[in-house]
Amino acid sequence: MHAVSSFEGVRPVMLWHGSHDLQGARAIILPGGFSYGDYLRAGSIARFSPIMQEIVEAAGKGLPVLGICNGFQVLLESGLLEGALSKNRDKKFLCRDTFIRTENSSTMFTKLYAKGEVLSIPIAHGEGNYFAPAEVIESLEEHGQVAFRYCDREGRVSDESNPNGSVSSIAGITNRRGNVLGLMPHPERASEQLLGSEDGRRMFESLFSQL
Amino acid sequence: MAYTAKIKVTLRQSILDVQGKAVEHALLNLGYGSVGSARIGKYIEVSINEHDRGEAERVCNEICLKLLSNPVMENYSFELEQA
Repeated sequence: MHAVSSFEGVRPVMLWHGSHDLQGARAIILPGGFSYGDYLRAGSIARFSPIMQEIVEAAGKGLPVLGICNGFQVLLESGLLEGALSKNRDKKFLCRDTFIRTENSSTMFTKLYAKGEVLSIPIAHGEGNYFAPAEVIESLEEHGQVAFRYCDREGRVSDESNPNGSVSSIAGITNRRGNVLGLMPHPERASEQLLGSEDGRRMFESLFSQL
Repeated sequence: MAYTAKIKVTLRQSILDVQGKAVEHALLNLGYGSVGSARIGKYIEVSINEHDRGEAERVCNEICLKLLSNPVMENYSFELEQA
């Protein structure tokens, strides 16, 4: 809420999970957290909350949806995005800065980044290990749906720069149409200099500039 | 008729089971050299009130696919017992 409310002309509204009313929102942001205590699997129960039924339907008609961390997990469980997230490779909850490389700079969420641009954005998750069957990964790559990949400061992608074991170092993906983005890193925690990085800010700016 | 579904959800073999790995290492450290691999899953008991077994099985398959497991990375199996 804080990060979004700092944009002129943008008014964030909190939507209640038990409601069916999107209140005319022009875009939806599913934030991080631990919906339903992450019981069963992260995001698996939230996916069936009343508001999610509306979000899935609206996303199908093109409404922009951005899912961050737990929000990404909910989007995968709901089928808006392909794949799944399992426990981090090294079994630990990871809360630290990471570098991610912009793989597709033509989505509505990444337009203000350059292709290949390296961003410093923190992660904070225990289940961020992205997995999808080989044919799904192939299709994601082919259609430019891999939005971000974990990398090092210089933009090199390697096992060492992959914090959680994600397949192909994938940090964020979009749907085929490009109106739904899910990612594990937290752009809202890198949206002002006070927080150490402003690199996440342009993700929101890209989105808002097109509404 | 009431049935009890005893459901097991396990990670697919192709998925790294980090919890299982940790337990496996702990067992080996305890000196159990004969231990091969350990994999951890979930055990869920659900009671299902349906008239016949076939219908109870159908419901059980449905809830396993819809909520209790994620087919992208998990398998499930169940036994249905008359309660």
